[in-house]
Amino acid sequence: MAGRTLYDKLWDSHLVKQNSDGSSLIYIDRHVIHEVTSPQAFEGLRMADRMPWRLDTNIATPDHNISTDKAERDAGVAGMADEVSRIQVQTLDDNCDLYGIKEFKINEMGQGIVHVMGPELGATMPGMTVVCGDSHTATHGALACLAHGIGTSEVEHVLATQCLVAKKMKNMRVTVDGTVGAGVTPKDVVLAIIGKIGTAGGNEHAIEFAGSVFRDMSIEGRMTVCNMAIEAGARVGMVAVDQKTIDYCEGRQFVPVGELWHQAVEYWNTLTTDADAAFDTEVSLHADDIAPQVTWGTSPEMVAPVTASVPTLEEQPSEEQRKGLQRALDYMGLEGGQAIDSIAVDRVFIGSCTNSRIEDMRAAAEVARGRSVAGSVKQVLIVPGSQMVKAQAEAEGLDKIFIDAGMDWREPGCSMCLAMNADKLGAGEHCASTSNRNFEGRQGNGGRTHLMSPAMAAAAAVAGRIVDVRTFTGGAE
Amino acid sequence: MKAFTSHRGLVGPMDRANVDTDMIIPKQFLKSIKRSGFGPNLFDELRYMDEGQPGADCSNRPVNPDFPLNFPRFEGASILLARKNFGCGSSREHAPWALEDYGFNAVIAPSYADIFYNNCFKNGLLPVILTEEQVDILFTEMDVQEGYQLSVDLPSQTVTTDSGHVFSFELDEFRKDCLLNGLDEIGLTLQNADEIKAYEADRAAQHPWVFGAIK
Repeated sequence: MAGRTLYDKLWDSHLVKQNSDGSSLIYIDRHVIHEVTSPQAFEGLRMADRMPWRLDTNIATPDHNISTDKAERDAGVAGMADEVSRIQVQTLDDNCDLYGIKEFKINEMGQGIVHVMGPELGATMPGMTVVCGDSHTATHGALACLAHGIGTSEVEHVLATQCLVAKKMKNMRVTVDGTVGAGVTPKDVVLAIIGKIGTAGGNEHAIEFAGSVFRDMSIEGRMTVCNMAIEAGARVGMVAVDQKTIDYCEGRQFVPVGELWHQAVEYWNTLTTDADAAFDTEVSLHADDIAPQVTWGTSPEMVAPVTASVPTLEEQPSEEQRKGLQRALDYMGLEGGQAIDSIAVDRVFIGSCTNSRIEDMRAAAEVARGRSVAGSVKQVLIVPGSQMVKAQAEAEGLDKIFIDAGMDWREPGCSMCLAMNADKLGAGEHCASTSNRNFEGRQGNGGRTHLMSPAMAAAAAVAGRIVDVRTFTGGAE
Repeated sequence: MKAFTSHRGLVGPMDRANVDTDMIIPKQFLKSIKRSGFGPNLFDELRYMDEGQPGADCSNRPVNPDFPLNFPRFEGASILLARKNFGCGSSREHAPWALEDYGFNAVIAPSYADIFYNNCFKNGLLPVILTEEQVDILFTEMDVQEGYQLSVDLPSQTVTTDSGHVFSFELDEFRKDCLLNGLDEIGLTLQNADEIKAYEADRAAQHPWVFGAIK
């Protein structure tokens, strides 16, 4: 028998039933719930007079539309200024209370962005199927989970049946060998991958990230990479189990101890791709070719090394591509051929499920230490991904570094990644952002997003424009 | 669930690749706890000149005269003709809800993002996949013919033009069945309750740490 990929193993171990019509019934181990994509699912349950299949599978928290402002957060759900958002968060609380679903409420220790919270609490563990009504659920694949986003109808389906009707995806392996240079982070690696395969390159595939670059990467770094699999079109991104995975899980709140721990570890160590397994699609990059990356356009595939320039119309091979480029340049207010590091920034956002973990906070603080935000920059938001990240960062004094540099240290949530709360860009403003999408209007109507790593974003805050963090020596303007 | 068998209707264009779900329904409308009412805010940032607010009346907002779906000739369009990788980005089911609420019954494009594609079937919205060449032909015909209509037939899996083209499309059998019959997928899955329970019992014996930790 041919060997199996990690994805094959995860799929096989969750197969409840293979149907004759080509679909399969797949069992879901962990269901993560937030306020935005769940209310209609709970309402659907009630309308059909159904109950959740299992309670101890679900874990909930509000993250998408809550305020990151301390004064407003201290006032709790009742004090939320936006009435529509308040009702949505209250509805999550009410649904979790009604059914007895474990929720980390708005200001409770444990609350955070769903994809930061799940792994850090040990609610997601290797070998699990993990779903959430959010496309960045692939993040959890860094722990060798089969994790992907679902729509609200499927949230209801999982609540009611603990299963999904699914069709097996194709296997893709993205291999990056070599050793990345100083100043090149997991964010740069994944942006380079998206630049290579395109925003639809992973459609219909589950991606396994393999090679020395990922082996050398921390678990938090692997989360950053898996998080953005969806930006390459793949619902699923994952990395095989190694000792780092085991070490990361040990001691977390929901992770087993004693004999169960040893049993679990023995199983988790089998969660790797067999040497003779075949992939439908193989892609490879070399670490030496990856410089710090910055997006210049309105799709994550519109990305370039910070040392490069914005593409020109003349370089485009087809009329359709010229039209697409022209539209992006018009929206972004850029000229073809303009140096990436000539782009001035109005605001900076360091946060999101991609880059708001403690290592991200440390990387940004390292650049911010002893420096000041450029006078031309209106706002620098530092938004930790969870209450636990916030507490850890404060214990290390990182908050002081940010505040001393003139940056805003905020409360945990999704914030300006998708601008559902008050944190947003004004029309025409350029933002150095550590989030995952540079779509038109994503961070605010008319806002212009440049995706990059936390260190690059912090350097942009100090310089007032996009700069190469590897050669950046600037201080206050 | 809403069924789909066949549909004939006016075609409206969305002539750009990689249309993302933020474009289809911007984030501020995701604060709603309802499934309905998203139609007036479909493509909100492209469609109107001002910034849309949830719950606000859209009837007096300034519309963007350059946005094709605002052209009088596309008023009442019920089939959206689009380009590759339509619906990329987030998992928000609000995207198909908005398209359906606006009045679209089908989308035709060369490819879709996976989650969006899956979400369409839950809402009686048929995402048809044709080749880029076929989609080009439809765009060309639509451009020159006011009141351009197409017929989409799910049982025969075809798109038929009045000029005589018949384009076949593929889709998974289980998705076709659910859509044709408007089946309640949860009800169908629950018919397998015994198998699910047996799987759980087996799994709990093998991997007990997956169960019971979260209380």
